[in-house]
Amino acid sequence: MSRRLVEGSEAIAHAMVGAGCRFFAGYPMTPFTEILERMAELLPPAGGVCMNAESELEAIGMAWGAAATGARAATGSTGQGLALMQESISELCTARIPLVVIDMGRGQGDYFQATRGGGHGDYRTPVLAPSTVAEAVDLVPVAFDLADEWRNPVLLYGDYYLGHTSQAVELAAAAPASVDKPWALDGSTGGSGRAKLLSPLGAAKQRDGVGYDLAEHLERAGVATREMATGIEPMVDRGYCDDADLVVVAFGTIGRFVRWVVKELRAEGHRVGYVRPITLFPFPAEAVAAAATGARGVAVYENNLGQMVDDVRLAVLGACPVEFIGGLSMDSSGFGVGPEIDAPKIRARILDHLEAMA
Amino acid sequence: MTEHEHEEIEHERIEHRVVLRTDVAPDDATLVDDFTPELVDVGAHHLCPGCGEPIAIRSAVESIAELGAIERTISVFGIGCYTAFSNNLDVEVLQALHGRAPSLATGVKRMRPDALVLTVQGDGDMVNEGLQEVLHAAARGERITCVLLNNGVFGETGGHITSTTVLGQRTKNTLDGRDAERDGHPILISDLVASMGGAAYVARGAVNDAGNVARTRRMLTAAFECQERGDGFSFVEILTMCPTGWFVDTHDAPDYLADVIAGTHQVGVVKDTRGEAAS
Repeated sequence: MSRRLVEGSEAIAHAMVGAGCRFFAGYPMTPFTEILERMAELLPPAGGVCMNAESELEAIGMAWGAAATGARAATGSTGQGLALMQESISELCTARIPLVVIDMGRGQGDYFQATRGGGHGDYRTPVLAPSTVAEAVDLVPVAFDLADEWRNPVLLYGDYYLGHTSQAVELAAAAPASVDKPWALDGSTGGSGRAKLLSPLGAAKQRDGVGYDLAEHLERAGVATREMATGIEPMVDRGYCDDADLVVVAFGTIGRFVRWVVKELRAEGHRVGYVRPITLFPFPAEAVAAAATGARGVAVYENNLGQMVDDVRLAVLGACPVEFIGGLSMDSSGFGVGPEIDAPKIRARILDHLEAMA
Repeated sequence: MTEHEHEEIEHERIEHRVVLRTDVAPDDATLVDDFTPELVDVGAHHLCPGCGEPIAIRSAVESIAELGAIERTISVFGIGCYTAFSNNLDVEVLQALHGRAPSLATGVKRMRPDALVLTVQGDGDMVNEGLQEVLHAAARGERITCVLLNNGVFGETGGHITSTTVLGQRTKNTLDGRDAERDGHPILISDLVASMGGAAYVARGAVNDAGNVARTRRMLTAAFECQERGDGFSFVEILTMCPTGWFVDTHDAPDYLADVIAGTHQVGVVKDTRGEAAS
């Protein structure tokens, strides 16, 4: 372990190698690019492979192939590139192949993309949304562990701020991951009569003239997905909720800003609290509902047109009004760095909402 | 021939037919297992009569067995009729999405350099959906073998035009034949792949007659050996029959392949760098 002042992207790359990631493939796109650069630098000395894929489609394809051999593998992009990867993500879920996907969003407009996905079929992907570089470093090994445990892709959803913020963090040395993966391919079962198959259509080889039973496979995959959704303990950060009139819900970088503003408002005597979901899926619905108990209202501050509001409303289940008080935060760069990420503005919106509730 | 004689001959034919009883096996009958190759499980593959893909896949697995690579082979299958084989081959299979097999195979080979890694794709899968994948894999000199089963149509969806459909060929959505003016020209994929610097061996075979089947087997072995030596990317395109998708009689399909398809996609070795490596 060494404590160093590093940029978020470099810290995430270090954490991935430290967590045993030995294959990475990516295609440059801001603000994901720096993670690819750092992986290209860090992976080969650790005995791994970093591929400069020709597109996002190939990046996730390469990572898919590497993951199928049992290696800890990862890829990533930003929202636009993630859109191209959606088809593969859904296939990986149904084929039950673990993969870590680093989703460096531009702003928070990709909440639905991250938590619902745009692929085909019935599937879900766990989503971890760190708010600081240190938290991202802590969550990277969690992402790999969850992926391996549930044999499912896991998204780490960061943003421009997270990638470009420098923070002093503890960086683990590269360590091999020793996870037993009896399903992984190495070629050795060929000729045994039970050669392995890794397919979204089912892993059972044809026996006695019986081919795929797709219905049976999808049923099993469905059970695995439901077990994953309830088996992963949602993670959440919250404060000042016990006697709060207004609870503000926010995630990621914005969650950090909201936490700071709420702390400031508390010091001034305002009865406000905050909840910051760390897992966006599974969504910490119980924690949000508990925080809203006794409150007169819940406000959601996110840098989009109000996407997480749906999940918050489902969690609160009508116990009190849930309103969206955030907004798009885009400057001309298009990277989600804009006027809405501004503590005085967040403060004003919360105070306006408190006043409107009174 | 009198009408009576004609009737007599017809009668004999019918007699001859009914002599072949089907309720019991003839004395000299052999079980299907006896001529099913080692690495193909006996069972339904749901492919149409006259399809050339089983011969092509059988050729590939026979070649793998001949090289003694059965216990270190990982195959990556694309999406098409041949996907029916991904669950009854006795070599390990990773199922890919349409077009993506070369990138998956890349990840597999980079993590397991000692494995014999091959992809199986159709022309709709490889040349339409995944053209850039196979070209980039070839350009990178990726040490994998990509096998293309080219029947010139989207067979699984019912016989539609692909990027390799030859000019004049009838498909379900080019009923009067592919027209260059309207539908563009077929892509000669082997020639395109051969132009990539990282491609070490490129050949186009066919399975329409015994000679071509034997020749294709040699091409597959040469491609796998190329991979084993680490020479670079290897590629075998195999022209296969699709009587259903071509709307031709099953027994006419091999000749249709020779006359119509192979006239454009000419059988032969397109690139072989073994000589260069030796010199």
